[in-house]
Amino acid sequence: MVEITLSVNGQTQTGVCEPRRTLADFLRRSCGLTGTHLGCEHGVCGACTVLVDGVSVRSCLMLAVQARGSEVTTVEGLGGGGELSAIQTAFWDNHGLQCGFCTPGILMTVSEFLAENPDPTDDEIRSRLSGNLCRCTGYHFIVDAVRDAAARLRAAEPPAADRPAVAEYA
Amino acid sequence: MKPAAFDYHAPATLAEALQIIGDAEDARVLAGGQSLVPMLAIRLAQPQALVDLNGIADLAYIRRDNGQVAIGAMTRQRQVEQNPLIRQTVPVLTAAVEQVGHVTIRNRGTVGGSVAHADPAAELPTVMAGLRATLVLTGPSGRREVPAGEFFQSYFTTSLRPGEILTELRLPVSPPRTGWAFEELARRHGDFAVAAVMATTTLDADGRIAAARLAIAGAGPTPIAATDAEAALVGRDPSAAVIADGAAAVAAAAQPVDDIHGTADYRRQVVAVLARRALTAAVTRAKEQR
Repeated sequence: MVEITLSVNGQTQTGVCEPRRTLADFLRRSCGLTGTHLGCEHGVCGACTVLVDGVSVRSCLMLAVQARGSEVTTVEGLGGGGELSAIQTAFWDNHGLQCGFCTPGILMTVSEFLAENPDPTDDEIRSRLSGNLCRCTGYHFIVDAVRDAAARLRAAEPPAADRPAVAEYA
Repeated sequence: MKPAAFDYHAPATLAEALQIIGDAEDARVLAGGQSLVPMLAIRLAQPQALVDLNGIADLAYIRRDNGQVAIGAMTRQRQVEQNPLIRQTVPVLTAAVEQVGHVTIRNRGTVGGSVAHADPAAELPTVMAGLRATLVLTGPSGRREVPAGEFFQSYFTTSLRPGEILTELRLPVSPPRTGWAFEELARRHGDFAVAAVMATTTLDADGRIAAARLAIAGAGPTPIAATDAEAALVGRDPSAAVIADGAAAVAAAAQPVDDIHGTADYRRQVVAVLARRALTAAVTRAKEQR
């Protein structure tokens, strides 16, 4: 067993686990952060994508022990105070999800992408989304959502005041 | 879908890593984990010990060295993709690495890990074979240099001996008036190639082909350097007819087999088409450098 201390969404988390525990399982089981989803558990579907030290990784392909001392950002770290982030808001408004299982991973992928490329073409959006599988939407609305998210972030437009906070739907 | 238990080691130095591998009964080296961790998860691999190289900072670098470009084995694929020295000196590597998996995979995946994994359909082993890279293997008795053509032995099988680690990859700097291309067919973006062809062509002052480098992925037990096709192109004017001949010679070097992704005949045809495209693009790029 190994002791693991890392930062998740700005909070220090400590847990003890076997070295074989993946970062995804550590986040879900040891930290109770079940927003990170596990689809395939072998690096194909992208649902478990999180940021480690600001860089997207598949948390099913990283051992928790390898993330010791890292700063991890999960979908729970987006938005804040019951408000959706600009990217989340764009997904909401564009129907960029249906069942939502893949959404946490897609949001983390898109967070990294739009930080690097604030004004992407549709081809660039599709290319970057290629590592995240969605079996509901057919992707068109996701592409719309990312394009809209990019525009919102460029304009630094705050979420509309009349939009219900996430907590009301929890 | 959870890995079997293993002892985990995180050495801080290469010497320490070699010591642990030498002492362990059944150790596997963990680089970026983008192939090994899935194999652990589906329990295709159940090593007794896992030796994690991610803490060895000395193994990640990109630098010019004696007319070559030396890349540390633990350099992330994403770093190679974004590196200006690589783009300038080994542009076909930039073109190839962009087609490895997805950005999120390349953020973790390492150059050395992909090459040591030796999937014959993978991009980076193909570039190593095509450019006649030198691979540096370090073991308990020191380092040795192995040409890529001898490194890749068969499917997922290399000439690494027990106790050795792939530590550096050395690539020749692309000569002046050299064009390049890496053409790949995959069913979905980011998948392993059904087949791929790497090409570089160097033109002489008269516009004839002075040298060519050609390699095939996904059509045999290892990446294949199409040396006969390379030799046949030297001294020729790169017309469409000559390129077509070259492409046919590349396809003749393929050793495809039937599998779930396609028949051997289909693969050979795909290789011919990709080779024509790759040679055409490489010659066009070489001419642009006139």
